[in-house]
Amino acid sequence: MTGNPGTDLRTDGFADIRINTPAVERRAATLPARRSLKKDHQAAWLLNAVRCIDLTTLAGDDTEDRVARLCAKARQPIAPELLSALGVEGLTTGAVCVYPTMVAAAKRALQGTAIPVASVATGFPAGLMPLDLRLAEIRYAVDQGADEIDIVITRANVLRGDWAALYDELRAMREACGPARMKSILATGDLKSLENVARASHVAMQAGSDWIKTSTGKEGVNATLPVSLVMVRAIRDYRAQTGHIVGFKPAGGLRTAKDAIGWQVMMNEELGRDWLTPNLFRIGASSLLGDIERQISHHVTGRYSAAHRLAIA
Amino acid sequence: MSRVSEIMESMEYGPSTEDSSAARDWLARRGSFGHFIGGSFTAPGDVFETRDPSTGEVLARVTQGTADDVGAAVKAARKAQRPWANLSGQERARFLYAIARHVQKRERFLSVLETLDNGKPIREARDGDIPLVARHFYHHAGWAELRDDRFPDHAPLGVCGQIIPWNFPLLMLAWKVAPALAAGNTVVLKPAEYTPLTALAFAEICQEVGLPAGVVNIVTGDGATGAALVAAEVDKIAFTGSTEVGRGIASALAGTGRRLTLELGGKSPFVVMEDADLDAAVEGVVDSIWFNQGQVCCAGSRILVAESVAERFEGLLRDRMARLRVGAPLDKSTDIGAIVDPVQKARILSICQRATAAGAELVGGQPQEGCFVAPGYLRAIAPANPGMQEEIFGPIATLSTFRTVDEAVELANNTRYGLAGSVWSESATVATDIAARIKAGVIWINGANMFDAAAPFGGYRESGYGREGGAQGMLDYLSAPAVKSAKEVAPKPPVAVTSADAAKPQGIDRTAKMYIGGAQKRPDGGASYAVPGGLAPLGSRKDIRNAVEAATKAGKWAGMGGHARAQVLYFIAENLSARAQEFAARTSKAEVEAAIARAFHYAAWADKFDGANVQAKPGHLVNVLPEPMGVLGIACPNAQPLAGFMSLVMPAIAMGNAVVVVPSQDDPLPVTDLYQVFDTSDLPAGVVNIVTGPVADLAPHLASHEEVAGFWHAAGADLLEQVDLAAAGNLKPVWPVPARDWTGAQAQGQGFLQRAVRTKTIWLPYGALPAGSGSAAY
Repeated sequence: MTGNPGTDLRTDGFADIRINTPAVERRAATLPARRSLKKDHQAAWLLNAVRCIDLTTLAGDDTEDRVARLCAKARQPIAPELLSALGVEGLTTGAVCVYPTMVAAAKRALQGTAIPVASVATGFPAGLMPLDLRLAEIRYAVDQGADEIDIVITRANVLRGDWAALYDELRAMREACGPARMKSILATGDLKSLENVARASHVAMQAGSDWIKTSTGKEGVNATLPVSLVMVRAIRDYRAQTGHIVGFKPAGGLRTAKDAIGWQVMMNEELGRDWLTPNLFRIGASSLLGDIERQISHHVTGRYSAAHRLAIA
Repeated sequence: MSRVSEIMESMEYGPSTEDSSAARDWLARRGSFGHFIGGSFTAPGDVFETRDPSTGEVLARVTQGTADDVGAAVKAARKAQRPWANLSGQERARFLYAIARHVQKRERFLSVLETLDNGKPIREARDGDIPLVARHFYHHAGWAELRDDRFPDHAPLGVCGQIIPWNFPLLMLAWKVAPALAAGNTVVLKPAEYTPLTALAFAEICQEVGLPAGVVNIVTGDGATGAALVAAEVDKIAFTGSTEVGRGIASALAGTGRRLTLELGGKSPFVVMEDADLDAAVEGVVDSIWFNQGQVCCAGSRILVAESVAERFEGLLRDRMARLRVGAPLDKSTDIGAIVDPVQKARILSICQRATAAGAELVGGQPQEGCFVAPGYLRAIAPANPGMQEEIFGPIATLSTFRTVDEAVELANNTRYGLAGSVWSESATVATDIAARIKAGVIWINGANMFDAAAPFGGYRESGYGREGGAQGMLDYLSAPAVKSAKEVAPKPPVAVTSADAAKPQGIDRTAKMYIGGAQKRPDGGASYAVPGGLAPLGSRKDIRNAVEAATKAGKWAGMGGHARAQVLYFIAENLSARAQEFAARTSKAEVEAAIARAFHYAAWADKFDGANVQAKPGHLVNVLPEPMGVLGIACPNAQPLAGFMSLVMPAIAMGNAVVVVPSQDDPLPVTDLYQVFDTSDLPAGVVNIVTGPVADLAPHLASHEEVAGFWHAAGADLLEQVDLAAAGNLKPVWPVPARDWTGAQAQGQGFLQRAVRTKTIWLPYGALPAGSGSAAY
């Protein structure tokens, strides 16, 4: 695994960023239309998307049993007879993603697998808690065994252009994560402008994030292709500036198999093959997996499956 | 390892070929094609093959149209025209609507057929060409309905001959056929020899919707068929294609008075400012020169980038270029398909070779097996390099740098063409200014190759004249209400005077001179000729040269704005009025009153002949702005010297043009007396320049001058052919102004203003927030 050590805060890395929103939207609209995947290729790309899913439950009514069920699905995201028909073995999701109090349960349920457990932290989803409590929450989750921490940024720091405050908080969080890898959720739906998204992406990377992530899933607008395009271009630019490699996680907007293909095409076209692996690409989703499994079932059997025939998470 | 597992390692896209069986079945069923004349297909005649350029496979055989075939088609169109024009607007609209619907219903078939015949990627045919075809017929169904409301007293032209290129075959057909039919014309259309198939499929659609026989006729063939159509008894020729062929057509039609619109080549600038979104600009290059294999007349083929961001821009450009996939056109993941024909491929390579031989460096752009050329660009290229001068019409851009805005504009305009331009800057202040300065008919701000039926498209300079799309496009298929003609008075041969035969002096001797750059100038030849009231300078080509040079320096006039120009015109009226009796003595009371009225009338218009904001696409502010032509040449009628002069010059300068005028040959002194009026009215130097003398010499010289952007010929039909031929050199439009009573009501009005401007369509996509965040729209 490649880590991102981050850099000092360098506002010149993003001071002259110019983003033309309609142009981003045009590119985002044509990206999925420029590449088409059929048959085995489509199946392979869909299974690859499964490898990259952070299978997620982040609801107020989560229980340990519910989390165990989710983990069971993460171990076996696609029905074994479908996978064996495709000659694919050992497929799991990229991770499971839960609240801190569910980390221990998830770790237990995933024992014997290499599937990492990701925990949200820092007062998810709004993040408006005192910093020491947010840092304590990270330490708690790591202590519970979390391999990855999905933190949320303080949106106010972006909206006010207080990059130093944003950077310092994220640095402290990075520190608190210890050995765990850090995903920084920008909550792009709250930041609104794409230039804000790009600047926040740079600060998050400079502060040492291993992934930058679009959304909590709780904002009015979650992952969109245009927002994602801006973030992956920031990843590209950060790499050109520093040589450090950062991953990307869209969350909360991907529901269909078609979405899964579209986002992967974007990763491949804008960043390259390396960003089609769970190390550098994660999809935060819950319902997406069901649609992919139906498509895979259709690919294998030639029939469209009913949702009730496929195991739920 | 299973196949799926292997793909999960490589993450290749794999083939994704569009099914072409429906199009192939149709081709097999049809075999060889005849023409579509009078509502049915003729038997095939001498046939030639049309091929899939990506494989060389013969797709079909189509008939080489003869002059007789063209004649039959024109005859069928002529027969159908009156009944078609006599239908109500709504009746015509229903046919156009039905065509739009049928195009949509056969979208897949037409996309595949276009891709097979042309070699363009199926994605572009499917997402670009064919939806725009339908959009064009929808839009013009509306114009059919609204013609009489929007263009009262206008009439269709009659039969239109239309010749279209191979780069967007069905789309160009739609651009030509839809407005022609909406206006009430009938058409004979010749598709390009490389790509006739979708036009023939369109003929079937005409049959399906029950379009009356003869309204649309399609004759296939090569350039000889096109020449036959130009020579045929049609009322208008509309041509899209190369500048060279366009020049030939303009010459062939010289003196006929037939309407002509030309949409020709381009070498459009693509200006990237230092405050641009560079990723957006790079993607703009993809949408420009790496779209349709670069076979796009309006492609932003000359990339001009600010030195301060050039290195970063080029890095991004190279990376993006490396990701483009060259391949089978029917593959849905192909970005760059086949060049239309091996002949075109050879032409592209030859220009690249000459460009590199002249010192440019070619990045990418290598020929590939079959009819393919990889995307590329020429860097380190000088303005005089053939790669910078010539339209490559392939996926090869040029990349050069500039230091400042004025240099960017200078480089952008350093071309004989003027079709389009792209400007990339996040500053609205900067971008809109550059958009105003680039001499081209279409400007995209932070965008490229955006098209819509409501947005007029067409060129400046040697990119042609006429507009396609919107109200402006409709006007090119309509004729204005007829003018009550007056008899032309042929000028008497001017005789250079020696000495004694001059008129007797009364009081202090007055010397009439020419008026050049705001000063009275003696003729270069130093001779005069006798005219009523004394002697007039005998002008020559050198005086024309001096006058045009003075006019080109009057550029500030256009930038003064309508209000300031109105002040000058009002002042001219005022000062002329003060000297009305003196001028009446030279001419007549009616002429002087008309002259004063013209100045007053066009002063009124100077700040009111507005453009429009058109409804093209949501999220795009699309403005259609009338711009002055630049330097306008005017040859005045011989009769009614003062009223004729003022009726032509006032509208021309009201719109911001500078003019070089040849006044009445026989009676120029009423005009030479105007100098003092102009001088006392704050008319800036060089806006009006006057060269007296033999119009038969002066008018063709003026019409041939390459700084002159347009020509109004009111000096007699005898001279028209000569003037047309002279003007064809740099493809300036000539308006053969019909003779009329220049003191009458028909000597003034918007028709004059329309001829004094050409429109620039400026696209400005906007959006502070992601789409869907609000519904505000212009």
